[in-house]
Amino acid sequence: MAHATHTADETRQGPKIPVLEREKLILNNRSYHWITDRICGVLENKQPAVWWMLFVPSALIALIGVVGGLSILVSTGVGVWGMTNTVFWGWDITNFVFWIGIGHAGTLISAILFLTRQNWRTSINRAAEAMTIFAVCCAGIFPAFHVGRVWFAWFLAPIPNANAVWQNFKSPLLWDVFAVSTYFTISLIFWYLGMVPDLATIRDRCKPGLRKLLYGIFSMGWRGGNRQWSHYEMAYLLLAALSTPLVLSVHSVVSFDFATSIVPGWHTTIFPPYFVAGAIFGGFAMVLTIMIPARFIYGLQDMITMKHIDNMAKIILLTGTIVGYAYLMELFVAFYSGAQYEAAAFKYRLVGPYWWAYVAMMSCNVLSPQVFWFKWCRENLWVVMAVCMCVNVGMWFERFVIIVTTLARMFLPGDWAYYRASPVEIMLFVGTIGMFLALFLLFLRFLPCINIAEVKWTLPEADPHHDDHHDHPDHGVAKEAAYQHELTTKA
Amino acid sequence: MSTTRKRVYGYLAEFKSASALYKAAEKVRDAGFRRWDCYSPYPIHGLDKAMGLKRSILPWFVFFGGMTGTATAFVLATLTQTDVWSFMPWLEKAAETYPTVVQGKPTNIFTVPAFFPIMFELTILFSGFTVLFGVLALMKLPRLNHPLFASNQFHRATDDGFFIALEARDSKFSPAGTRSFLEEIGGANIELVEEED
Repeated sequence: MAHATHTADETRQGPKIPVLEREKLILNNRSYHWITDRICGVLENKQPAVWWMLFVPSALIALIGVVGGLSILVSTGVGVWGMTNTVFWGWDITNFVFWIGIGHAGTLISAILFLTRQNWRTSINRAAEAMTIFAVCCAGIFPAFHVGRVWFAWFLAPIPNANAVWQNFKSPLLWDVFAVSTYFTISLIFWYLGMVPDLATIRDRCKPGLRKLLYGIFSMGWRGGNRQWSHYEMAYLLLAALSTPLVLSVHSVVSFDFATSIVPGWHTTIFPPYFVAGAIFGGFAMVLTIMIPARFIYGLQDMITMKHIDNMAKIILLTGTIVGYAYLMELFVAFYSGAQYEAAAFKYRLVGPYWWAYVAMMSCNVLSPQVFWFKWCRENLWVVMAVCMCVNVGMWFERFVIIVTTLARMFLPGDWAYYRASPVEIMLFVGTIGMFLALFLLFLRFLPCINIAEVKWTLPEADPHHDDHHDHPDHGVAKEAAYQHELTTKA
Repeated sequence: MSTTRKRVYGYLAEFKSASALYKAAEKVRDAGFRRWDCYSPYPIHGLDKAMGLKRSILPWFVFFGGMTGTATAFVLATLTQTDVWSFMPWLEKAAETYPTVVQGKPTNIFTVPAFFPIMFELTILFSGFTVLFGVLALMKLPRLNHPLFASNQFHRATDDGFFIALEARDSKFSPAGTRSFLEEIGGANIELVEEED
């Protein structure tokens, strides 16, 4: 890693503070045209055999699992799920929270890292946002069908109806409807608006025909004039600023579904931050799970560099540690509060019938990311992939522990039950995994998987003052710290 | 040969880099042109100032869009769940609501904290839609065609080309003068772009 400090000579602006040189985000001095070619090549060239080898099974699994599973469910009733009278939320809500959480990394990368000027996000934000959209699609299936008679799902929307029955706006479950649907809509707008200039790039490369017509329609006549960019940049900033509180609110609201109840094990104030950290943690693991193979298959190593993977591994370590802290704090509060039902709830998590789920959660989520303290582990893609797979599994178990373990051991011992997922539930979950992968593969096939315009923007020559020797006496080698520049221009 | 009449749209000139485009933009601005634009494959930092453009007014639209969302959620929730609109009986009657006491929350204004999440979400939702439709209106998109698309080099503006187009509608435009002006400020591949009348 080429870290070097440059101590430039004293300039007319006063002595220069030595500044650590930034690592390059695009390697091998690639040109604008190379970037366009390489990213558009992913969707213009024939797909590699491995694309078909992944797409066909994923699509089949999605078809059998989701379409088949839902057909059985709707034609028979929710009784085909393994839920009992006491464990009334099982795999369905576990899967819902799991998929919704996956989506959060996309919004974090596209919005929060944009507001904090983390330019490395540009190589991964498009794919992560696509992942958000597809994960929320998968998530939405579960609560919609969990209501039982899905043809009445429109009751969730505040539509004036002959019964004069309105939703209970005080209920966290309705907050959830609003939060998730807003999240989906805003993520879609953000994703689409961010893609318009890139769709125009593809349009301009197409030969006249149906493809050009379709990309032309979806790029809406974009020309890349600065009078457009100026408004576009503002729109992008506004969407980032809107998405940032939104993403934090969505998983907080999901956690309210649990936290506002009086069930021991759920009724805790730590839930919102704990859920948000867990969502970002699980989401980043999923981004890496998908992007590491994609980067390899399509030869995107110069744009999604080891630096990007290193940064994401560090975020996984950070959020994994926050999640670990939350787990331990839950246990501590259960002990320290003296609330006997709370203490019992956690005793049953540790040594109750679902102890294996708790062990899986702890080892996958808290222990496995700790290897990222070591640089060697962050640089070895096999280790990174293994940890990410562990985290994907662990985050599913976290939701299972929170939901099922708690419900199986509520206040009355007479309610105690052991819940097992039915084949239809398993079918549906496996089906959503297939659906997620199939949608992502279609995304790689038809849409630009890296933000072409933004990646170009991170090249050194993209700066209009890049070759301005008058402003940069050091020939632009060392970037001066922004605050220093401000001081000198004011003086 | 096409028999349709053509009208001059303007001149299109290519510049070799972002910095060349930036410096040329400052000169075009200082020459007093009004109807022109710089085209680049990515947003160039500081070009707004070099072109003499004002800050986008989009945030104003979004502020009012967002406030509409907050108000919508507030009215929707309070009208259906509380009695606070009882001073407007016709409104309550129109909505036909039966406020009920659930979750120990009264039917007066003090229930409002329970409505905050939905007020927040609808604020974001309405703001997001305002951003989308607002920015499209300000960018004058979508449109199906544009005279510049007739140019045989303009496709590079979304790849690696940097262009300035000076429109014939501008009062400073003259067929010979503008061309030499573009040459003077460093433009290459100067092209007269025509549109079908």
